[in-house]
Amino acid sequence: MGTADILIKFALIVIIFLISLLIAMYSTYAERKVAAFFQDRVGPNRAGPFGILQPLADGAKMFLKEEIIPTHANGFLFIVGPSLAIMTACIGSAVIPWGQKLTIGTHVIDLQVTDINVGVLYIFGVVSLGVYGVMIGGWASNNKYSLLGAIRAASQNISYEIAMGLSIISLLMTTGTLSLREIAEQQHGWHWNIIYQPLGFLIFIVCAFAETNRTPFDLPECETELVGGYHTEYSSMKLGFYLFAEYINMFVSSAVMATLYFGGYNFPFMHSLGLSENWVTILGVIVLFAKIFFFIFFFMWVRWTIPRFRYDQLMDLGWKTLIPLAIANIVLTGLWMTFIK
Amino acid sequence: MESLSNKRKVIESKPLNFWERAYLPAILHGLAITMKHFLFKKDVTVRYPEQKREFSENFRGMHSLKRDEEGRERCTACGLCALSCPAEAITMISAERQPGEENLYREEKYAAVYEINMLRCIFCGLCEEACPKEAIYLDGDIIPADYLRKDFIYGKDKLVEAPLNQ
Repeated sequence: MGTADILIKFALIVIIFLISLLIAMYSTYAERKVAAFFQDRVGPNRAGPFGILQPLADGAKMFLKEEIIPTHANGFLFIVGPSLAIMTACIGSAVIPWGQKLTIGTHVIDLQVTDINVGVLYIFGVVSLGVYGVMIGGWASNNKYSLLGAIRAASQNISYEIAMGLSIISLLMTTGTLSLREIAEQQHGWHWNIIYQPLGFLIFIVCAFAETNRTPFDLPECETELVGGYHTEYSSMKLGFYLFAEYINMFVSSAVMATLYFGGYNFPFMHSLGLSENWVTILGVIVLFAKIFFFIFFFMWVRWTIPRFRYDQLMDLGWKTLIPLAIANIVLTGLWMTFIK
Repeated sequence: MESLSNKRKVIESKPLNFWERAYLPAILHGLAITMKHFLFKKDVTVRYPEQKREFSENFRGMHSLKRDEEGRERCTACGLCALSCPAEAITMISAERQPGEENLYREEKYAAVYEINMLRCIFCGLCEEACPKEAIYLDGDIIPADYLRKDFIYGKDKLVEAPLNQ
């Protein structure tokens, strides 16, 4: 690996980092606009044309707010919480293949930061680390509402991780690999995994909602019962980090869903258009982002449609419905692979 | 118990059937409803400072002190408006018209100071009804927002109608 390759890799990392921050920033704006349209309102339209500068104004506001650390809070852990939340949210995108290889001169640029052969497991590890940010933050606040929110977040994420893992197992049975690059390549053209694993995808998307703490599973920040949930005591940019982490998580899980089930950067007839390899790659990246934006929109669409689950209903759904369904899906996939394929 | 009206709604609670327990059809139905709003329903918002709604004919807004056909102030500082005001929002100081001021004030007595506290005013219109000289009307716009309480005490500079064009 030469210096040029290292530089290219570094540039790729920076670009992906910036893109995820940018998308998270504009997701906050999109969320408010989308919510407004769903409710027959206008949404933010004061800062810039169509309110396009709203995220900058919000960011500036967040930075200028007073930084409050409660006297009885554990100062160190109080800061570690949001840092961990945003860090785990950002490193999740490292294994996602954004496109095929670009060839510029003699350099072949792999549009993926790193292709580790346990990519799916890495994503799982990062996602389950994410809950520590919420847990530590809620616990360090030394406030009963924060603690309750944190406990809810922990139990919710642990419960839904099981169903998510089981739904992934049936996907791995058909693909036979843990590398996200290989999974994406297998879905060439129209052979998207959603066709083979519809039930698995359904379970996965429900669990993704729970893992990112989005409505209908946003119990950790349930205002009606818990004031603000785990971030009750947070202010200024530390609160901003928590909110930001949620949107980055949404972006990363949309990317994972698009890659695992909806063909990633693949699109139909991609090699019969008569375009050169590089153009196909660029089109593929655009297609992947279109899929990601659709899923982000879907997250918002669901948020403004379905009311929040009650805590016991949440546990019921996770343990009594999703886990048995996921196991049934594994059995069905196994039977299908043995007898039909 | 005898019911007051004959309206009656029988409530039955059947156990949920399979599709109802499965959530998904209901969720899809809900998603369809919200999507209908997203795509087709127009917002009803009036974008206020740029767009204004039309007021009704008898809307009572900011007061204006009127002038007569010759551009003279009609108010004679009789104090009936202040007396009729239920919110005690109006104060005035009267003064005698000096020779040479006949083109400014219609009567021999006029209001040297005329103040309405817009934070007290309830826009009932009793001042308008009480005025024998047809000098005050609540035909203006909405009172604009401001930062300080003292800025809501409107004097003659804001209340008196613009002079006629000479």
